Amino acid sequence: MKLFRLSSPATFYPVAGKIIPWFAVIAAVTILIGLYWGFAETPDRLGGTNPQKEYYRIIFVHVPAAWMSMWLYLVLAAWSAIGLVFNTRLSFMMANATAPTGAIFTFVALWTGAFWGRPSWGTWWDWDPRLTSELILFFLYIGYIALHSAIDDPRRADKASALLAIVGLVMLPVIFWSINCPDPNQCAALHQRSSMSEMEPNILAAMLIMTFGFWMYSFAAIFMRVRSTILNREADSTWVREILEKET
Amino acid sequence: MSLTDFFSQGGYAFFVWSSYGMALLLMLLELTQLRRRHRTILARLGRLMRIQAQRGTQ
Repeated sequence: MKLFRLSSPATFYPVAGKIIPWFAVIAAVTILIGLYWGFAETPDRLGGTNPQKEYYRIIFVHVPAAWMSMWLYLVLAAWSAIGLVFNTRLSFMMANATAPTGAIFTFVALWTGAFWGRPSWGTWWDWDPRLTSELILFFLYIGYIALHSAIDDPRRADKASALLAIVGLVMLPVIFWSINCPDPNQCAALHQRSSMSEMEPNILAAMLIMTFGFWMYSFAAIFMRVRSTILNREADSTWVREILEKET
Repeated sequence: MSLTDFFSQGGYAFFVWSSYGMALLLMLLELTQLRRRHRTILARLGRLMRIQAQRGTQ
């Protein structure tokens, strides 16, 4: 089985090295197309029940970053679970490599949200359910990274932080449904409901293209990071020595 | 649409470009940091291997 062979770090390392440039190029091209689409093919202002001026164009970085923040957390938790169940080395390394990129997208979602909230709501920040739960997701990523680096023994660090990642999974449905506030008196939701079906097709298209670009970027970044981790952890193996003889 | 219109974003340039700028900055920083880290590890492990090889021959 080809797929199972790929789960060995020695096989994955050169394969990842070959496909990283492709992911990077596809990411750059799709992000450029997405940006062009978002800035040139969309209306400057939105009317309707939620009028927006030019600042709504933050949507093309805000929503894809927020989606990636949640998706990468799911990926992180999935690799952690696979690692705990099958005890495979590469799964934990993949989980580890996913966390920093996920944290970056979560930060970008929060940052761009603030710069969108200021002109549209009149405030940089509000303890709205969606904003608060996304902030907690950011702390989960930071907590995962901190816990992993705080434990010296890599195998124990892998297992402990994997458990944290899986427990933190409860935040994903909370973030997802946080815009559906049951009682407006209990939780004042500033954050807009998602209304993809009512969206102008060009806005939706630009958003989806950007999301795809961010996803491809994530592959490139995560594979780059996992390659470094593999080298560090397998430094004593023969295949790493062969690579070192060739490359240094 | 002129280039000035594009950069001014209807007077919301600060908000729009701060958002895109931060995303671009962090992604570029991440990629350069990852490249540098990989090269450092390769160099360090290579050096380590050569030292061990020298000790082995002595």
